[in-house]
Amino acid sequence: MTTAFEIRDVSKRFGARWAVARLTYTLPLGQSLLLTGHNGSGKTTLLRMLATATFPTLGELTLFGRDAREHRDDLRTDIGLLSHASFLYEDLTAAQNLDVLARLIGLPDRERAIAQMLERVGLVSRTDSPVRQFSAGMRKRLAIARLLFKAPKLALLDEPFGELDPEGITQMEGLIRGLQAQGTSIVLATHLVEQGQALTTLRLHLENGRAVSA
Amino acid sequence: MRHWLLTLDGTTRFLLWSPLLLLVSVLALTGLHIFVAQARTWVWKVLLGIAVVMIAGQAVLGLYWVPPEHYMGDVYRIIYMHVPQVWMSLIGMTINFGCCVLFLFRKSWVTDSLAEASASVGVYFGAVGITLGAVWAKPTWGAYWTWDPRLTTAAIMLVIYTGYLALRRFVEDPDKRATWSAVLGIVAYVDIPVLWFSVKWWRSIHQEQSSPKTVDSLMTMVLRWSATMFLSLFVVFVYHRYLAAQAARAREVAAPELLPPSSSAPAVSS
Amino acid sequence: MQRPTLFSVLVTVIRKDLLIEWRTRARINALVFFAIATLLIFSFALGPDTVLLRKNAPGYLWLGILFASVLSLSESMRIEIENSALDGVRLAPASARAIYLGKAIGNTLMLWLLTLVILPIAIALFDLSVREGFARLLGILFLGCAAISAPGTLYAAIAANARARDVLLPLLLFPVLIPGLLASVKATGVILEGDVMHQLGSWVGLLSAFNVLYWSLGFALFPRVIEDD
Repeated sequence: MTTAFEIRDVSKRFGARWAVARLTYTLPLGQSLLLTGHNGSGKTTLLRMLATATFPTLGELTLFGRDAREHRDDLRTDIGLLSHASFLYEDLTAAQNLDVLARLIGLPDRERAIAQMLERVGLVSRTDSPVRQFSAGMRKRLAIARLLFKAPKLALLDEPFGELDPEGITQMEGLIRGLQAQGTSIVLATHLVEQGQALTTLRLHLENGRAVSA
Repeated sequence: MRHWLLTLDGTTRFLLWSPLLLLVSVLALTGLHIFVAQARTWVWKVLLGIAVVMIAGQAVLGLYWVPPEHYMGDVYRIIYMHVPQVWMSLIGMTINFGCCVLFLFRKSWVTDSLAEASASVGVYFGAVGITLGAVWAKPTWGAYWTWDPRLTTAAIMLVIYTGYLALRRFVEDPDKRATWSAVLGIVAYVDIPVLWFSVKWWRSIHQEQSSPKTVDSLMTMVLRWSATMFLSLFVVFVYHRYLAAQAARAREVAAPELLPPSSSAPAVSS
Repeated sequence: MQRPTLFSVLVTVIRKDLLIEWRTRARINALVFFAIATLLIFSFALGPDTVLLRKNAPGYLWLGILFASVLSLSESMRIEIENSALDGVRLAPASARAIYLGKAIGNTLMLWLLTLVILPIAIALFDLSVREGFARLLGILFLGCAAISAPGTLYAAIAANARARDVLLPLLLFPVLIPGLLASVKATGVILEGDVMHQLGSWVGLLSAFNVLYWSLGFALFPRVIEDD
């Protein structure tokens, strides 16, 4: 298996429009892909399909050589999604949010792993604060912590630099490079094209759900 | 006039086989409509014609030909309108259930539209049927509502399926709407026997008010006539609601034909 | 890492929900007082005849629980929709069925707790005596709460994503609950008044059958509600 994912003639419909229309692409394993395009061009939909959060209306999607629909439970273990939505529970603390995930993925030695992760994303001081009190930047950091917790083979990042200050952006870049060093395949969707290009080797530009030359 | 008709053996014999013959015709035409695409333009018109003729016949049979009931006099004649419509309502809900189950196995807009159509028509006939039941109850039992198990179950089912239609209205995405209403339709239908049983049980603890169970053979014949007539109307109504649902789907669902021709992503290194 | 079993996922979901309820316990307090207010309103609306009140008390009690359950069930789903947290759990991965069981059991426990808190109030207010044993009463209350939670959790998940969600949930839930509610009210009444006609078994039978049916349906159908295929 040499590919992270293969999309073959994939289309996704929401009501009266095709959010993604007849897309075909293959990402080799361990590579980093920059996904660009205006709002509404289909980036988020594509990332959600790659995360198996939703499935194509038409066409085939295989991840690590396996069909997305059929093997979703196995695949989800190895895929991490950083989305516009934070996947966080407002009334739980940073540690408790990570604890829920840790239990769901069967992580051994939970407490230590959580402490280490919070340290890594710079949220140690917020370990026992409810997410409700977090700023947008802190939520982003906790969200990326959730992704890193899974040590995924494929990391899907939807506007990871959004709501981050310059220091936060640098930190995020560092975390992404860390993932790359471990051989994680990455799809990075961002408006910050220069930052994105610095981190990736391949690019896919979408317009109205179709792949076009950038 | 009534006596003269009663002595006429022909009418009675006519009534023995004609509803059955008409029922078979209605079912055959419905089958034709479903399986033969070219027939769909004219079958519903024939069914409507049959229904109209039968309505005329029903007026004569129900209001003049069949004699008044032993206890209730002429008031009972509403039974020929009330009972078959409640039956049609149940048929509608059963078809809806079938479509919901089918949809969860294989998605199809045909199945979804038919589910919507059958539920709408089912609710319509249920509402009319129950209202007529209340109209019948007032002069007969003295009150519009008597908590009779059958009517009570029917009334609750009406509320449940109105909820089904409300859900369909309140979900914007057509794909989600179809899936969720299929789930709802299954849960709703499965409740029918449980409801029926509980209400019957609940009522049996209190004093049961019996509805006429003994139906004379003449009344049965007229009832069959009326049921076939409503069945014919049912098919016509469902067909038209189905067309309306399909038209609505066409407006709100992007068709695969609208997809641009295939393209593969240009290989770009950044 | 070992993949967790359905049971451990279920427990994680219950733990998480109870933890959130605990952290927002001001809300539960408000819910309790809402239920008590409902009981008071029934007493005022239906007159001071104590004999009548006592006779109809099971009905009022269960209506109070029912109204509170709508608030409780929708809140339970709101926290999942808020930041798409449910998606986060689903993609962990966690099977939709385990999530259903976890949330429905959590909802049942919360409702049961609410019921236990307002029970003494109801006993005082309506001058009730528990003739057939407290343990049985607690059991009936539990089964009744389970009967509300099974379809309630399924419907709350659907309604949370639809428009007019605050009216849609009760509209969908109430009629379908009628057999379960009927059985709960009757069984409760029999325990309070005494089982003269040996009816308890039958009503418990109906309530149990209702629970088996709706827990199975919810278990089978929940994936279609939260998975997007």
